Amino acid sequence: MSLQTPLGRVLGMGSAKTGAGHWWMQRLTAVALLPLGLWFVFAVLGLQHGNYLMVAAWVAEPVNAILLILLVLTLVYHSSLGLQVVIEDYVHGATKVATLVLMQFVHVIMAVGGIYAIVTVSVGAAT
Amino acid sequence: MAQFRLPPNSRITRGKTHHAPAGATNVRRFAIYRYDPHAGENPRVDTYEVDLDKCGPMVLDALIKIKNEVDSTLTFRRSCREGICGSCAMNIAGGNTLACTQAIEDISGDIKIYPLPHMPVVKDLVPDLTNFYAQYASIKPWLQTRTPAPPDRERLQAKEEQHLIDTPSACILCACCSTSCPSYWWNSDRYLGPAALLAAYRWLVDSRDEATGERLDALEDPFRLYRCHTIMNCTNACPKDLNPARAIGEIKQMIAVRRL
Repeated sequence: MSLQTPLGRVLGMGSAKTGAGHWWMQRLTAVALLPLGLWFVFAVLGLQHGNYLMVAAWVAEPVNAILLILLVLTLVYHSSLGLQVVIEDYVHGATKVATLVLMQFVHVIMAVGGIYAIVTVSVGAAT
Repeated sequence: MAQFRLPPNSRITRGKTHHAPAGATNVRRFAIYRYDPHAGENPRVDTYEVDLDKCGPMVLDALIKIKNEVDSTLTFRRSCREGICGSCAMNIAGGNTLACTQAIEDISGDIKIYPLPHMPVVKDLVPDLTNFYAQYASIKPWLQTRTPAPPDRERLQAKEEQHLIDTPSACILCACCSTSCPSYWWNSDRYLGPAALLAAYRWLVDSRDEATGERLDALEDPFRLYRCHTIMNCTNACPKDLNPARAIGEIKQMIAVRRL
């Protein structure tokens, strides 16, 4: 049993002097996802009766491609920030760091995969 | 991972029932958590039938009546019996509140009384608040200044500045808020909890205090402050009608504003 004082335990290694950036970006991405998400939903509704060529041509439009890439980046960033909080809340002990690293790797792969798909489809439609 | 079941030695068993005396006219049942660390047994819930015609109106009145007349081993903290000392905070009918200001008639059905949730239990309804008090001490709950006090009088404050600290100063540190917070349940070793953060806010908005920056530095931490996910159980539980959730939100805002 440790004889460390309760105050010593609470003070621990001190403040990490971080967290505000995370908090701010989570809110910023949430605000950005509101118009991006609405735009995406209405755009997909407009394309629901189209075929692959029509969708590819739509993706190849510069404005659509740029907005799609923005949507993927914002969504993945927001999801990563949110899941980080969930893991910090519930995962304790040795598996915590491994879970955080795995989660962030998966998000980077999703972001790169999404952007790769958008670029490939729009380049394919343009040629 | 988080624990979703109580550890085996904390699981609650059914205890004894103490019946009301014959001729009782207005009987209510109180189901009360009992735990004795020296007995080597699991905690249990004992049931006490109380004749409300011979009992005061508050839950604390019933607890005192049980201790005086039925079972002197029942252990709980109480002092002022008027909602200003914060000693008799406990979980009554599923919510954290003060036994002395909770009217029996406002609860329907059997009255279930447990200690404050997710705290180590010393005995029966007495939780170990050591960590909670240490967290309060850690935010330096006193005036910090560099300017010496005027030699001939107290440090002055405008009326509207005093108004800012009136409400957060009314906290009695009963721990109802912190122990109702799921974030505090999972991470009370590192998250300061609503009570300590409300106290920190009280000094952050004090116009006489000159350590606002140092105080914000000490709070800006993913666990100490940002474990708050605005669940608002704290504000819901507070028996003094304070708003710790709002205070925490304003601390986050202060930290955001000083970066811009």
